[in-house]
Amino acid sequence: MVIKCPFCGPRADVEFVYGGAAGLTCPPDDAGDTAMTDYLYRRENPIGPHRELWVHRHGCGIWIEVERNTLNHVITRTGPVGETR
Amino acid sequence: MRYSFFSLARNALAGHSLWPPAWRPAKPKTGYDVIIIGGGGHGLGAAYYLAKRHGIKNIAVLERGWIGGGNTARNTTIVRSNYFLTPNSNFYEHSLRLWEGLTEELNFNLMFSQRGVVNLCHSQAEIESFVRRYNSNRQNGVDGELLNRDAVRRMIPALDMSEDHRFPVLGAVIQRRGGTARHDAVAWGYARAADALGVDIIQNCEVTGIRTQAGAITGVETTQGDISAEKVGIAVAGHTSQLAAMAGVTLPIETHLLQAMVSEPVKPFLNSVVSSGTHHVYVSQTDKGELVIGGGLDGYNSYSRRGMYSRIEDITAAAAELFPRIRSLRLMRKWSGAVDMTMDGSPIIAKLPIDGLYLDGGWCYGGFKATPAAAWCLAHTIANDAPHDLNRAFSLERFRTGHLLNERGQGNRPGLH
Repeated sequence: MVIKCPFCGPRADVEFVYGGAAGLTCPPDDAGDTAMTDYLYRRENPIGPHRELWVHRHGCGIWIEVERNTLNHVITRTGPVGETR
Repeated sequence: MRYSFFSLARNALAGHSLWPPAWRPAKPKTGYDVIIIGGGGHGLGAAYYLAKRHGIKNIAVLERGWIGGGNTARNTTIVRSNYFLTPNSNFYEHSLRLWEGLTEELNFNLMFSQRGVVNLCHSQAEIESFVRRYNSNRQNGVDGELLNRDAVRRMIPALDMSEDHRFPVLGAVIQRRGGTARHDAVAWGYARAADALGVDIIQNCEVTGIRTQAGAITGVETTQGDISAEKVGIAVAGHTSQLAAMAGVTLPIETHLLQAMVSEPVKPFLNSVVSSGTHHVYVSQTDKGELVIGGGLDGYNSYSRRGMYSRIEDITAAAAELFPRIRSLRLMRKWSGAVDMTMDGSPIIAKLPIDGLYLDGGWCYGGFKATPAAAWCLAHTIANDAPHDLNRAFSLERFRTGHLLNERGQGNRPGLH
């Protein structure tokens, strides 16, 4: 798998570390247990396109957002965090 | 037919033409008391225990492909119960005790071999961490011993014990009752025993929908038509999230790939299961002589069942580091399984928020050793509509209440468990 870092260009997957699903925002303190459980633990875990976070650990060190198909690993978009939508 | 020395002799004389099928090919009826989705070891075992221990007779197991063809076929066959946290320790010890009597109970040779599971220690901190864990195990009635360098050298002569090693072996712990079992035989043994108790095993039957009415289960939609059911149990390993989503439930699970590989067969030189947490690798030798080698997850969500090459390199390099003599061996094949990783690294065997719907999932990479106890607990939970003490802690609620079972303290990062 080759991931195109928006800052460094295409690099091998071993340079990156996975950070889980993207687009999750921490609910306010008074949102309740269920909202916090959703944020911390519950995931859509889809077969197909998936918005996710990676960090270019052995490159620029910047967190990026990747849209990748979880069945065939085809990457359709990469960009800075928050900009792939 | 009961398998015995005499049945073997009789059939040998008859040229093996008289063996009856081990289970009937079944077509779905219009409805069942209980439907189990997933014909792996867990699902077939649950059907067996429902019929055997709870007296429920009208049961079907639905399998998308062929039974035992999913993660039951893809694991590395290791059985052990040396977990630190008490609920895990009790549960896996119950599993190990079931394993110890399962060949006799099912009248099917599971080739269960208690050859010992060894965890190598490469630093003083690792020794101390394992001592803590094994002291906890012994207090919970689970066997475990600490081995010093000499004992490790005597027990595993093939291991590189040189002191100038990058990560020298300083000692090890061993659970002698741990070992390996024949993975296919577990599915086949449970299938045969369940079939004998009247369970319908329906293959090539994919569940495409779960039907509910007023918050309760009414049945399932399948590629072989709709089937009604009072209760439905899900035991599908990597695709747990998809099945739960059919019922509108979102789970604390990510699906990751776990790879394993086997070498060409060689003469026996390794008679225990050897694993190294530092190197992220474990190695055992099958009765055929092949080395079975596994390691860590690929580390990102995937259902592809095609692992990344860099992980194969990591795993084989680590194995060769421990056993220098295997460097020239060729790999015969490698594969990967899609595993449902929970957010705390422990499984879920529980009622779901829909009446009559039960889940056995989130096995991370511990599902094979858990097979008998998971099946046993799922059956108990379905029959009584309440968990057994052994699986009470494996609830879905724990993620909301904060009673997580996090063996390694890694937080909500499934790729690290």
